[in-house]
Amino acid sequence: MPFDDTVMQALLLAVVVVPLLGAVAALLPAPPGLRGRDPDQAVLRHGVTVTGAVLVAAVALAVGFDHGEPAAMQAESSVSWIPALGVRLHFGTDGVSLPLLVLTALLTFLCALYSYFKMPAGPSPRAFVALLLVLECGTLATFAVLDLMLFFLAFEMVLIPMYFLIARWGQPEGAAHGAPAGSAGKESGGRGPAAWKFILYTLLGSVVMLLGLLVLGLNAGTFDMVRLAEAQGSGVGRTAQIVAALAIGVGLAVKAPMWPLHSWLPDAHTAAPTVGSVLLAGVLLKMGTYGFVRILLPAAPEGAQTFAPYLAAFAVVGIIYGSLACLALARKGAKGAKGDLKRLIAYSSVGHMGFVLLGIATLTHTGVNGALFANIAHGLITGLLFFLVGALKDRAGTTDLDSLSGASGAALYGKAPRFGGLLAFAAVASLGLPGLAGFWGELLALLGAFDPAPGLSRPAFLVFMAFGAVGTLLTAAYMLVVVRRVCMGDPAEPDHAPHPAGAEPAAADSSRPDPTGPGGPAEAGRPAAPGRARLATMPDVRTYEFAAWTPLVVLTVLAGLWPAALLGLTDPAVQSLLPGVTR
Amino acid sequence: MTPPALAALASEGRQTLTSDQSLVQSVDWAALAPPAVAAVVALAVLVLDLFLEDRHKRLLGWVSAGGLAVAGLAIIPLVGENRTTFCLTEGSRACSYVADPFTLAIQLLVLGGAFVTALLSLTAVEEERLPAGEFWFLLLSSAAGAALLPASRDLATLVVALEVASLPAFALVGLRRGQRLSSEAALKFFLSSVTATAVMLLGVSFVYAATGSMHLDAVAEGLPAADSRLGTLAATGVALTLVGFAFKTAAAPFHFWVPETYVGAPLPVAAYLSVIGKAAGFSGLILVTVRAFPSYAGTWGPALAVLAALTMSVGNLAALRQRADRAHSAVRLLAWSSVAQAGYLLVPIASAAYADDPGRAVGATVAYALMYAVVNLGAFGVAAVVGRGVRSNRITDYRGLVDAHPFAALALGFFLLCLAGLPPGIIGLFAKVTVFDAAVDAGLGWLAVVMAVNVVIALVYYLKWTAILFRTGAGAGEGERVPGEPLMAGAGAPGGAGPVPVRFTVPLTVTVALTGVLALAVSGAPQLILRFADTTLF
Repeated sequence: MPFDDTVMQALLLAVVVVPLLGAVAALLPAPPGLRGRDPDQAVLRHGVTVTGAVLVAAVALAVGFDHGEPAAMQAESSVSWIPALGVRLHFGTDGVSLPLLVLTALLTFLCALYSYFKMPAGPSPRAFVALLLVLECGTLATFAVLDLMLFFLAFEMVLIPMYFLIARWGQPEGAAHGAPAGSAGKESGGRGPAAWKFILYTLLGSVVMLLGLLVLGLNAGTFDMVRLAEAQGSGVGRTAQIVAALAIGVGLAVKAPMWPLHSWLPDAHTAAPTVGSVLLAGVLLKMGTYGFVRILLPAAPEGAQTFAPYLAAFAVVGIIYGSLACLALARKGAKGAKGDLKRLIAYSSVGHMGFVLLGIATLTHTGVNGALFANIAHGLITGLLFFLVGALKDRAGTTDLDSLSGASGAALYGKAPRFGGLLAFAAVASLGLPGLAGFWGELLALLGAFDPAPGLSRPAFLVFMAFGAVGTLLTAAYMLVVVRRVCMGDPAEPDHAPHPAGAEPAAADSSRPDPTGPGGPAEAGRPAAPGRARLATMPDVRTYEFAAWTPLVVLTVLAGLWPAALLGLTDPAVQSLLPGVTR
Repeated sequence: MTPPALAALASEGRQTLTSDQSLVQSVDWAALAPPAVAAVVALAVLVLDLFLEDRHKRLLGWVSAGGLAVAGLAIIPLVGENRTTFCLTEGSRACSYVADPFTLAIQLLVLGGAFVTALLSLTAVEEERLPAGEFWFLLLSSAAGAALLPASRDLATLVVALEVASLPAFALVGLRRGQRLSSEAALKFFLSSVTATAVMLLGVSFVYAATGSMHLDAVAEGLPAADSRLGTLAATGVALTLVGFAFKTAAAPFHFWVPETYVGAPLPVAAYLSVIGKAAGFSGLILVTVRAFPSYAGTWGPALAVLAALTMSVGNLAALRQRADRAHSAVRLLAWSSVAQAGYLLVPIASAAYADDPGRAVGATVAYALMYAVVNLGAFGVAAVVGRGVRSNRITDYRGLVDAHPFAALALGFFLLCLAGLPPGIIGLFAKVTVFDAAVDAGLGWLAVVMAVNVVIALVYYLKWTAILFRTGAGAGEGERVPGEPLMAGAGAPGGAGPVPVRFTVPLTVTVALTGVLALAVSGAPQLILRFADTTLF
């Protein structure tokens, strides 16, 4: 039931602007009547309300979306902003961006909800909520704008909030989660440098991207994405297209991230608070791949054609590299803090995003559809995984695999069956089990590589496909290792090294530092590590966790069983973005 | 009153013999008002100083600020009028004073900037015990000269205006009594500047010899038509004139005086030099290149392009190498960054050599200069605030400013991001895009690439400083603070990891708030500034 056009415009603008207004409002004192129990609670509730309203608006947008015409730009509004440069405030959505808008709104809402009950330790929640909302505004704007300059602004807008989320509310590596910020003088172990690395990498990448956007826009004479896509690169010389594609591609590849530009990701994920990791993996990485599909492929087709084989090669290396890194992290006795579950999932992200990039690099409808599907699927599944691992860290005080699993395994099935089941579900979804969301995207990406667009070397892409397929096997291998080590095991296995933490009941929410001290290397084969000890009386899934995670589980199953719902949206839009190919 | 202006007056006077035109009426005082008001207030302040008791001296500052505001407001009735005055009554009818859009834009920058500097100085004059009457007189005279400069359309007026703008500046730099650093800086500044002026005057005289005219338009016509035997003379004249202006804009390799001078000068004076001094130099350079020497575009175009590349690279690399814990490193960094920014400002001027419509190309410089004026004055404003608490004013002293004073930290962070050209400093970004656009349009691809690399280099030091602002104070002080340092760290300096003592005064608050609101406003509506890049200014 398509809505009136004005309503749609208003909805889309609301989706972008409401978070920003909410961020400003979060910094103001709460009005009487909304004060709640205490200021902290009031502002966290404010975050839930605003993100909830945005989610409602996004869902209404999806409902009002004319599903008969997903290729057409809908809810479009355009106002001149800087005539001197020809920049317009141009918003709109189509089948490519709509799912991402809904996903972003959903994940941010779930994060706000989760934080309401489990606020990450750090400075005032007021700033936390404001930053979260600015982050939401930036990500949603990235998917909603149709002007290159605005795209860049939105792309940059997420950096600052994410930097502070990591640097201020992050988990100092080695020290226990929940150590009050500033209490430990030497806490600067992980999150400061990680946040700095994150911002430097993505910033440099996006500056390069800006140059590419400028080259493209100045050569084509317009910054309007719709017109650029319609022109399909006509009016932009071949050299300019290649330069633009290289610069834009590098910028987006840093964000995506593509091997070998990924090295900021594991650090950032390891240091980020749970909600930061969820949003980083679930939403921020998508901005990179979305940029490929929305800007690079249609606006600089010759440039894309030139670099597609390289992109595919890097993507495949990323798949293999990510999986091998995960395997190394998952095995017993991986050195020190490196055997961290969060880090492992971060590396698995590199692999999964490799599939997305491979799909894009095929330049076919099949491949790009697969990429977009995998995008959404990765957002759902990895978001869930990070939620779970974050909760595990809250309970056990560590995500170090060795200290968690001890000799036989962490035995979550025995100690917290629902939690263990969810973790196993997410892991299995992540490895691409048919029937769950992770399957279709990777399958379509590989299918696309089987028969790439004309002009691309088929033998090369066949090789890429073969490597990609090997990558799926490796993914299955490490995910199953993780499941075995974390979920299975002997719940009655005794803790040989008794220490006080184990004796206390349900240490999950306490903010005590880890008894082993920062960075305590958990030596391989040590039978009882502290994390495991604290798991002894681990609480199962709590109600709020259930509320935050259920939507992701349901959508993962739904997308796996009924992929047509999503592909029906993206396929016509992809066809109009890539009119040159028939597959 | 300038010599050619007098000459024009005299010729008009002769005319009154035949027509009944009165000599006084023939001068368009409304067009002259912006520099004239500043000059009159300068004299008034100097006289007033004699009759005011010491305890009322602070009144002088408010009078000066008010005078600058009035001078700035005097621009408003001139908008869209294109007035001229001091014109020749016969022959080419060239005018010495023109109030076209270019003039008005620069005058707005100069007088607005001087107004903000005056606000910034109110506290400093009192606290550093600078001689009030002299300070305000010098500031206003310099501003009057800088406001006259963009309007001048003959070489003599141009040089005189430039000297009126810079001579008081030397004195301002050396005004701190009994400070060795200050007088040394003033001397350094003075000697190098005077050399440049001498070189420029030599160049101007050569140009005059070759073309027989002082008026820019006449020079522009006369240069290509000059006697071929005078070709070398004319070319030398052009080159020497440009060198003189390159010094005034602190372009590399004529930039070496900048850091020492900025550090030695009272902080508001450094702010003044970095914005108004630079604007004056640039408007002179634009006038000379685009209006007087268009026939030599093939020479000065590449030369300025190289100069631009060199200036931004030198400035950025030096700024990058600044140690954050050195005394006065905040001002030093701002000084080097101002050198680098001068490089960006040069790019559109170099591009104008290749453009069909040079008047439009230099619009990017005007737009960028306006942006730079607002945010740089704002950054100096916050530096002044912090400098009151911590005399050493090191960048490390800014650690955790957000906890001590969120308003100051947010404002400074915003200004720095504007200078860096990163969102949320949207205006900084788009001003850079405009400059970049100018370079690409002119076919100066290599310069665009150099500029891009430089913008990335600059990101590092701007971001480092910004990050320091937001680092929590509690975790501070691991080996980064120089302990002790009794000479520099004054009574207010924190011994260890305490919060930054931030002491705002009313004028300083107004300064930071005003520049902050302006920067925010033009970030929301960049067209306010960028429209100068979209129209023909001359």
